Amino acid sequence: MSWDVAIIGGGVVGSAIARELAGYQLRCVLLEAADDVGTGTSKANTAILHTGFDAGPGTLESRLVTRGSSLLREYAQETGIAVEPTGALLVAWTPEQASSLDGIVAKARANGYFRAVPVSESGVYEREPRLGPGAVAGLWIPDEWVIDPWSVSLAFATEAVRAGVSLRLRTKVTGVTVLDGGFELAVASRTEPVRCRFAVNAAGLASDQVDRMFGCEGFSIQPRKGELIVFDKLARPLLSSIILPVPTPRTKGVLVAPTVFGNVLVGPTAEDVADRSDLSTTAAGLAALVAAGRQILPALEQEEVTATYAGLRAATEHRDYQVSRHGRYARVAGIRSTGLTASLAIAEHVAGLLEEAGLALEPRADGWRRVPPRMPYLGEAGSRPYQLAERIAADPPYGEIACHCERVTKGEIRDALASDLPPAGLDGLRRRTRAMNGRCQAFFCGAAVSAMFGRGGGQRDQ
Amino acid sequence: VTNDVLIVGAGPAGLTAAVELRRLGVKRVLVAEREEQPGGVPRHSWHTGYGLRDRHRILSGPAYARVLTNAVGRAGAELRTGCTVTDLQAGGENLTAVLTSQAGIEEIRPSAVLLATGCRERPRSARLVPGDRPAGVLTTGELQQRVYLRGEQLPGRALVVGAEHVSFSAVVTLAHAGARVVALTTEHERHQSYAAFRLGAALRWRVPVWTGMAVTRVTGAAGRLGSVEITDLRSGQVRTVDCDWLVFTADWIPDHELARSCGLDLDPGTRGPAIDPAMTTSTPGVFAAGNLVHAAETADVAALSGRHAARQICSYLAGQRVRTRPARVQIVAEPPLHWISPNIVPSGGPTPPRDRFILRTNEFQRPARLTVRQDGNVLARSRPQRLIPGRPLSVPSSWLAAADPEAGPITVIIEPAS
Repeated sequence: MSWDVAIIGGGVVGSAIARELAGYQLRCVLLEAADDVGTGTSKANTAILHTGFDAGPGTLESRLVTRGSSLLREYAQETGIAVEPTGALLVAWTPEQASSLDGIVAKARANGYFRAVPVSESGVYEREPRLGPGAVAGLWIPDEWVIDPWSVSLAFATEAVRAGVSLRLRTKVTGVTVLDGGFELAVASRTEPVRCRFAVNAAGLASDQVDRMFGCEGFSIQPRKGELIVFDKLARPLLSSIILPVPTPRTKGVLVAPTVFGNVLVGPTAEDVADRSDLSTTAAGLAALVAAGRQILPALEQEEVTATYAGLRAATEHRDYQVSRHGRYARVAGIRSTGLTASLAIAEHVAGLLEEAGLALEPRADGWRRVPPRMPYLGEAGSRPYQLAERIAADPPYGEIACHCERVTKGEIRDALASDLPPAGLDGLRRRTRAMNGRCQAFFCGAAVSAMFGRGGGQRDQ
Repeated sequence: VTNDVLIVGAGPAGLTAAVELRRLGVKRVLVAEREEQPGGVPRHSWHTGYGLRDRHRILSGPAYARVLTNAVGRAGAELRTGCTVTDLQAGGENLTAVLTSQAGIEEIRPSAVLLATGCRERPRSARLVPGDRPAGVLTTGELQQRVYLRGEQLPGRALVVGAEHVSFSAVVTLAHAGARVVALTTEHERHQSYAAFRLGAALRWRVPVWTGMAVTRVTGAAGRLGSVEITDLRSGQVRTVDCDWLVFTADWIPDHELARSCGLDLDPGTRGPAIDPAMTTSTPGVFAAGNLVHAAETADVAALSGRHAARQICSYLAGQRVRTRPARVQIVAEPPLHWISPNIVPSGGPTPPRDRFILRTNEFQRPARLTVRQDGNVLARSRPQRLIPGRPLSVPSSWLAAADPEAGPITVIIEPAS
């Protein structure tokens, strides 16, 4: 049996491609090495819904981020994924930085973004009164928002699976044989190889390794680690928008941002690492973030840290995304930190590439239409189930709070365990519900939530 | 006028306060507990030693929790479990609380509120311990619940971070769950518990205490804890300890979310609401007791603080106390003292629970006196006491009448015993 398209990598990009192709008369399989979708770079990032104002003008990244940005805003609305229209305040802390703001505005225009507004020193403090001393000037970018990053991959994959895409978890591609009119993919832990007519490499941090399996070369992944600190929800009132630094050629720098979950995020650091699986935080990295956070928002010093984590950006030696087609193989790589925002546009673009290679994009039967899945709302700005009297009346477990810090109810945990994409472990449950993600880090609820998981979903984990 | 009192939290402080309020004739007392079972921390703490100061007997944690809960039933207070106070608004004399449970969302307007939300241990992330994020890293609170409430077995090697009473309790729990405890580690120069506990750990379970050591890195393997890096703070030497479980103990912080979200002033030392000896917070009608205001004392001390708060709430409801905020002066515990509770002195009012102020220090010191000063005058000196981080220190409250709430801040300092 042969698939029309095999997509290697179930991150936000691979899931988006699967969702896109599900709209056509195609048989698609999504292969993911981990036990869940969205577990790599897709889960550990700054969770910002970018405008693309600071992309390299004329690049593919610039075009896809701009397009993807509006597509994802619309998709979040349709699916109920939490988004907060915070806006971003880019702050210059030195006269040199202030003098570069005009250039940033010009670059934004070159990227097709025209709403960046210069802000005076007093304007900076009017917007963010708790900001540390020393700001010289700023730039207001009203359309940089924050988003729930976990639900995006889950929504794409859920929609794809419901539309008939086969999702294979714990399925790592280990080798490729080129066949006449397609490929045979050897996969670990399965005896049967996967045959397909077209293949897409969306393997993120492993994309260069997969690329070589297809006999291609031309880029290598140079993982760049970003460490982040999440502060307690009680710090959330300290700021209203994303506080950006003036970027350097190498990194966008350390930002301080609200999260849709109601916390304050500080990060990321930027450190080139050799090990693609190294997601460890470091003493130096955390110390640097604490120092940066206190400088930007001094009141953070009084607040508790809820979590620390690290993510790896799939950087390459090239400035732009590495998206190209080689026969029936499409490479979708080097999607650094803008992949979440650009994902839906990348998916459209990749579908176009495959069509060029001869994949027929036939619309599905008459009357078929995309049905965006309704995702659980995990944000703080809107209403969660425990706040909705009618929902509790109709289904009382929505009134039983199991995770107290994050106010996650038994009803939501039950729903996640019974969903189309149930979590394979407690980390998956965390990303679907926020349970155990709060300030106590499971002191109060860990035992009870694990027990619910063991009863309701643990058996699924092989 | 109905004299309704809402108590938030059914731990030792909240349950004891409920009984006392009923005994004093308050008509309606409601205890809201977010967990499914009442009792607070003692319900999952199986070791003995509970109830000494308040019940004058010695019980295990779960037995103590049952005794307190039964007393609430007999006293005619209402206890709701699985019921979270999701919002508390204090505007002038009006208090509004939102109660959320499977029964729905209910808004109530109590005449007074007692916050008895307790405390928790700082988890690994809040201590900024770097490394991987594998499973198997816990706090004592989670450990006890998994072992004693859920019957989990935790086979493998375990390392306990901390060497206070609770750390030794974690050793007992781990041993009960089938873990082999490699050691307790502490950044301090010695352990902070009783010699008997230390000896017990050494003899019964052969667990050493590694002093002057910091946990500096956590390493995972396939999602599970693999090893922990320990750094000797004196020599800088680093060693790697293979283990399957890492338990962070003590380093208490009040669970103060509700207190903060309703706008109460916090004490910078305790990080709980600032309170005076009547357990009054900065908002009229809102009182606080238990380990929310002194994290962490033993359960019986928390219970007695709840009982004391109940009496003050009765006085408040009876209108005996001036409802406008009187002059108040802050008490500052000077470093290396960590905190003092209560930490506000008003004009007039009662003495604090057990007629004493409780303190903590951050440093070991030889026996020393705690001296209370205001504007250069010595108000009181305690008897000499040994200073051990994490262990209770106290100053009798007999000096209260001599303090001037209109004058400068009151400070407490350590003076060598001569």
